Amino acid sequence: MSEHEYVPKSKAGKWFNDRLPLLTLGAHLTDYPTPKNLNYWWTFGGILTFCLITQIVTGIILAMHYVAHADLAFASVEHIMRDVNYGWLIRYIHSNGASMFFLAVYIHIFRSLFYGSYKSPREVIWIIGLMIYLLMMAAAFMGYVLPWGQMSFWGATVITNLFSAIPLVGDSITTWLWGAYSVDNPTLNRFFSLHYLIPFLILGLVILHIWALHVPGNNNPVGIDIKKPSKDTVPFHPYITIKDAFALLVFMIIFAGFVFFTPNVLGHSDNYIPANPLVTPAHIVPEWYLLPFYAILRSVPDKLGGVILMFSAIFILFVLPWLDTSKVRSAVFRPIYRQFFWILVIDVLMLGYVGAMPAEGIYLVLARVGTIYYFLHFIVVMPVVGYLEKTDPIPMSISEPVLTGGAEPSLARKVNDKV
Amino acid sequence: MIKSSIKLIVLSFLLLISLRPLQSAEMIDPIKVDWSFKGLTGTFDRASLQRGFQVYKEVCASCHSMQYLSYRNLGEPGGPEFSEQEVKAIAASFEIEDGPDSQGEMFTRPGKPSDKFKSPYPNVQAATAANGGAYPPDMSVLVKARKGGANYIYSVLVGYEDPPQGVTLDEGVYYNKYMVGNKIKMPNNLMDGLVEYSDGTESTVDQMAKDVTTFLAWAAEPELEERHKTGVKVIIYLILLTTLVYLSMKKIWSRVDTEV
Repeated sequence: MSEHEYVPKSKAGKWFNDRLPLLTLGAHLTDYPTPKNLNYWWTFGGILTFCLITQIVTGIILAMHYVAHADLAFASVEHIMRDVNYGWLIRYIHSNGASMFFLAVYIHIFRSLFYGSYKSPREVIWIIGLMIYLLMMAAAFMGYVLPWGQMSFWGATVITNLFSAIPLVGDSITTWLWGAYSVDNPTLNRFFSLHYLIPFLILGLVILHIWALHVPGNNNPVGIDIKKPSKDTVPFHPYITIKDAFALLVFMIIFAGFVFFTPNVLGHSDNYIPANPLVTPAHIVPEWYLLPFYAILRSVPDKLGGVILMFSAIFILFVLPWLDTSKVRSAVFRPIYRQFFWILVIDVLMLGYVGAMPAEGIYLVLARVGTIYYFLHFIVVMPVVGYLEKTDPIPMSISEPVLTGGAEPSLARKVNDKV
Repeated sequence: MIKSSIKLIVLSFLLLISLRPLQSAEMIDPIKVDWSFKGLTGTFDRASLQRGFQVYKEVCASCHSMQYLSYRNLGEPGGPEFSEQEVKAIAASFEIEDGPDSQGEMFTRPGKPSDKFKSPYPNVQAATAANGGAYPPDMSVLVKARKGGANYIYSVLVGYEDPPQGVTLDEGVYYNKYMVGNKIKMPNNLMDGLVEYSDGTESTVDQMAKDVTTFLAWAAEPELEERHKTGVKVIIYLILLTTLVYLSMKKIWSRVDTEV
């Protein structure tokens, strides 16, 4: 990325770097020219890396004490909470860490939506990011099953039963997933295995995500392409590292607040009741971060239709770069799209709210309206607004925020060719 | 920019917390008690924990198990903090089944502090059968397992009433104002003067309900005091470090003609 070739100073360094250019990589990462106008919404990438590593480290320690067996899992979690040194701390970091991870990823995704970071030439970064998000949901769902409480068991039952909606082979697939004729010990065992595997898949994808980012470089709040390096950029270290560190620490204060003072507020009290296949809880609700999709699922009276719609709600995001027809990236210069963006935010929050409510009466109506708007936003609003909208003038560069009055929206692409 | 970001994060979380699923409408809110273990620096009332253990032992334990607790927990910091001798004496007052011995036979011996609390029934089925078909739940994590936590448990204990007009109850079912569905199979076991507190506290129903709820709250979260203490230290440390990093960031970014 940087213009000059990195040469290690020491002889040993040069010897090693000729064989494996790790030092060149390190130099690239520290020198990496980053737009100087990145705001705090851009600090969530670093925060998410921290979340992933925290989950992996605490998870490995928990796995040393946890027993993946239907008769022993609940007791082993209590053993961790009571008998393992600081077991309560490690478990609460892990369980609240999942929520913090999703909080950060949602902010990260909506930041991308607002500033058009998914658009050319960053489509691959976006798609890898969505794959990470999908794996996160799978990991979180399976992790929630492991304590083998009532919500673990019934959540697993509801979600795995979705696959039985597939025509012809649905029941066979569900039995295959369970490894039994209902959610049972084999299910718990394989969920534990997969729960341990997925974070490392995510780690691999994170490396690809960052690699793909370093090819075109960061988007920025203005959304224009910039020359690198130039007076519009700063080296990643120390400018971005210190800023990321500051944001991460603020994030950690909130994280610690949950872990130490309200560690169970984001969970469901029913999950402290051991799993009982004979007693169904009054309301089966997933963790908060899955609620919008749960609302979409339940808004359709037909099971198969609900499942298709729920998965479509995620997969539609994969084609987002091609649904958005606007030549301008940042919503800062898109007065119409900007309003629709905030409507989408409210829509998703509302879907989350009704997802936690019983699927009846006004909640069902709201869920249906919310679901319809969700899809309209991507299928209709994004392509149409992109064509019709009159965007605001775009500055020539970050350092010249003064509007020159004549910058072409297409500049966002033209400058790219010269770099 | 910083301020607005932080505000947004806090707001979004407050929003998410307020989105907790609601219980069914028929349930009335439990009584709010000003527990000593509430709040950022809350601790347990040691004397109340010891009295609560007495209520548990003399009243609850005849039906409810607490299988995840050990007798040694009663002497650990942050709990009732009975002395070592007291813990040994409490443990020894129970006959624990052990074995098999070298002949392959099971035998009983006096309990040791390392033993788990003895359960009143050998298994869930036996407990269910002996209690009119309703399993008396294990109380180790009961406070965490009920929406409303300690307030709810306390409310149920003092919430027994005569059923309102038109409500008929089956044999062995009791009316309780705070219980979900208002029907409970546990009879009202507390009556004034039921236990004799050694510290001279008057054993009213309200007092016993508060004491045993405090005991159950500790049983569910034996780490609570340490968690609160560590949490305060961690947050203070993080705030100091954040301030230092913030100042460093300002200094570093002062070289660039952009505001952070």
